[in-house]
Amino acid sequence: MTVDSFKYLPHSFRAGFEQVEFQHDEPVWSPLEHAIEDSTIALLTSAGIYVKGEQQPFDLDTERANPTWGDPTYRVIPRDLEQDHVGVAHLHINTRDIERDINVALPLRAFAELEAEGRIGRLAEDHYSFMGYQDSRLADWRTTQIPEVANRLKQSGVSALVLAPA
Amino acid sequence: MPVLARELELTGIPTVTVTMVPFIAERFRLSRIIGVQFPFGHAFGMPDDPAMQRTVSEAAIDLLANATEPETRVDVEIEWPIDDKTAYRDWQPTEPSPSVKYNKERRKRIEEQRPAT
Repeated sequence: MTVDSFKYLPHSFRAGFEQVEFQHDEPVWSPLEHAIEDSTIALLTSAGIYVKGEQQPFDLDTERANPTWGDPTYRVIPRDLEQDHVGVAHLHINTRDIERDINVALPLRAFAELEAEGRIGRLAEDHYSFMGYQDSRLADWRTTQIPEVANRLKQSGVSALVLAPA
Repeated sequence: MPVLARELELTGIPTVTVTMVPFIAERFRLSRIIGVQFPFGHAFGMPDDPAMQRTVSEAAIDLLANATEPETRVDVEIEWPIDDKTAYRDWQPTEPSPSVKYNKERRKRIEEQRPAT
């Protein structure tokens, strides 16, 4: 099957999305340096997940007051986070299903199984959560948050990253 | 999100992006793209459905293992098990997001300012 990218998109967004042109002259590419069975994998979501009781939720009040603003910060999510401690702060999706099962957005269970079966070398200890709605703060991402996350990934020996937008 | 994927890949970390909108991932010329025809907020599938979440997760690691060139896209062969109308309604926030509300009000103001013909 070929995925229809617009099937669930709000109808009023469709025309704008369809007109998006190529944003770059060149693709990006970094090769996987080791076999997947020897690689350490980390996950990254933009679903606005945070650790309830330990971390601040993403700042939704400022976004409500300024609709072109989105909280550009990120949260580090431990691989053993229990569902009771999953918080979700995101104004652009219904967060109910992630609050019920984090694995719909950050599949820690499936990747722990893949690790146990030897399909991947290791599931990293730390994973990353952003709040995906960014309009006017992309510069912050580029200058601050992305270099920080890249540095953390490299320091912890991560070989590859699985990203999923919300 | 395509910005995160692109910028992180540029630092030397191989990435695979699992997305409900592979069209946009392609427009950002990402390295490895898994397309899923799922409602927003559900990149890896239904809640409490480990088999579906596992299938999508496996597709992601298989693409990491096997892709040999950038802009490789693989779409997952799973139909969302809930009818379209319900799924479209259920993924959306309970109240319109600030940007949706803002754009709606802006369009209304433009309409009101337009001279009657």
